[in-house]
Amino acid sequence: MNTTQEKELRTETRAVRVEYVMPPVNIYETTQAYILEAEMPGVDKNGLEVTLEGNEITLLGRRQVEKVSGEQLLRERNEADYRRVFELDPTLDTSKISARIEQGLLTLTLPKSAQQQPRRITVND
Amino acid sequence: MMLTRWQRPELTSWPVFGRLSDLRNEIDRLFETPFAEFSRASSLLGGWMPALDLNEDKDHFTVKCELPGMKKDDINLTLHEGCLTISGERRGEQARPDGEVHRAERFVGRFQRTVLLPAPVAVDKISAQYKDGVLTVTLPKTEEAKPKQIEVKVG
Repeated sequence: MNTTQEKELRTETRAVRVEYVMPPVNIYETTQAYILEAEMPGVDKNGLEVTLEGNEITLLGRRQVEKVSGEQLLRERNEADYRRVFELDPTLDTSKISARIEQGLLTLTLPKSAQQQPRRITVND
Repeated sequence: MMLTRWQRPELTSWPVFGRLSDLRNEIDRLFETPFAEFSRASSLLGGWMPALDLNEDKDHFTVKCELPGMKKDDINLTLHEGCLTISGERRGEQARPDGEVHRAERFVGRFQRTVLLPAPVAVDKISAQYKDGVLTVTLPKTEEAKPKQIEVKVG
């Protein structure tokens, strides 16, 4: 995964004045898969859109509309939706990507293709 | 010899992108690759300060705090002398795994936020809900703190 695409996206979003929050992510690599965690508080399953185009994966999280009554005394939370794009390693098996969101934490599992996974080779006599 | 007034370099060279709400994102971007490792360090310097909203209506105060990916039991709420404190810890071992770490932007460790409530609240009626990574605390005002209309009889 690399970040060229993210940089391009940023300039693009700034130009059209569409604001998104860039969710902080952790990315781990195990022998079988990459695991990506993205923080999107306020987003539930229905507000989540994960799209794959070529080898680019787009994470889009739409916050639920909250009704606000009365007076806002302190306002630090951002209302913008979340968006971040990653370029995927070509060795990933994109047909097997799975996603789940739990308490505003999106977890993507991106399995490596069978060829990339470590295999034990049986030794013949 | 010329004397120029010393200015902090970060003040003069700071990129201004117009809106304060962009500031956090800008800081995040500064710590992006190749400095990804330093994002953890920035959290150490500033601590984890989860975003918080405080709202007041006629009968209640409502506090909303963004705490993504926590366990309900790891969040503590205390009320002391009109101050609501939300604290907790995200443990490192929860952020698994055995493999290689490519990015670690999520905060690990303790956090604490305190807000002073501008009016007394009924301690026994406070309720809290943790949903979609957002903690919502509803604090009903005490009867004395609610705005009242007093009827004055004109004799």
